[in-house]
Amino acid sequence: MNKLYQKYIKTESLPTLFCPGCGNGIVQYAAIEAFDKLGIADDVACVSGIGCSSWIPCYFELDVIHTMHGRAIAFAEGLKLAQPKKKIMVFTGDGDCLAIGGNHLLHAAARNIDLTVVMVNNYIYGMTGGQKSPTTPMGSKTKTSPFGCYDEPLNGCKLVMALGASHVARWTTAHPVQLAKAIEDGLEHKGFSFIEVLSQCPVQAGKNVYGEKDPAKIMEGYKECTYRYREGEPPVEGKIPIGTFRKDETATEYLERVEARLASEGIRK
Amino acid sequence: MTVITIDKACCKGCNICLTACPKKIFVKSKKRNNYGTAMPEAKDPENCIQCRMCERLCPDGAIDVEGDKQ
Repeated sequence: MNKLYQKYIKTESLPTLFCPGCGNGIVQYAAIEAFDKLGIADDVACVSGIGCSSWIPCYFELDVIHTMHGRAIAFAEGLKLAQPKKKIMVFTGDGDCLAIGGNHLLHAAARNIDLTVVMVNNYIYGMTGGQKSPTTPMGSKTKTSPFGCYDEPLNGCKLVMALGASHVARWTTAHPVQLAKAIEDGLEHKGFSFIEVLSQCPVQAGKNVYGEKDPAKIMEGYKECTYRYREGEPPVEGKIPIGTFRKDETATEYLERVEARLASEGIRK
Repeated sequence: MTVITIDKACCKGCNICLTACPKKIFVKSKKRNNYGTAMPEAKDPENCIQCRMCERLCPDGAIDVEGDKQ
């Protein structure tokens, strides 16, 4: 077994319940690599909702809350207000974050509260058997859209950027080094940081959504269908941008605003 | 000197490591893991450059690369 796994993962609960070739394990490794590099594993608390990707923190030897469907960010905000010194990390999936918990994501991003949200986007509801999720690409066949889906997919990164999140990045499971660096940046950044990870679900989405069933080939496809985003450069047509979209260190954080208000009213010195 | 170990209890046989390795060290074998699928085998560990991409891309943390190269 891997050395980092022995250090940060509950080894008695292994092997994980993820299917063979699932991208969640890669996100798990990137997260523990970031903890190891920063050396802050004792200060981190993780919150997750319901879904395949919400099982990721349950294997960590850290403080973890496994909460209701979609309410991970709401619980994390409460935990942050109660324990301001802890670094709170939220692991959610695309359905958990954008569909069921969409409301909480909007308000957390608008408040710019100090959370690190890792959204694992596999384009489908994997745990419940392959139903259409808000990010499912147009025309792909799923269990609930047998004639191809008609909806325009939601773009989580653009959504939170419009609302004022101060650190927004997108990477894929084919870029594990950059993903670990992005999580590291998100943990160090003061403010709402949103990291979208394009992941694979070879079992439920497989051929209908990505056009490939083999996890290694899906990851190769992610390398081909993405381009590195750099500010000021023109976008590439028909490809997904990846990289850091925004890193704003000057934006005021929610807790700082609350403390300033309490101090101005004489409630807290 | 590089020692590559693949944990039989953790591997699920997804074969991501076969394409992740830039030196193509991992090959398919007839050995079975605890999950019941064919698990890979490290063929020429002396060719390893210790980029640790297999460790990062293994979704189950089954691969461990031990060595002194940085």
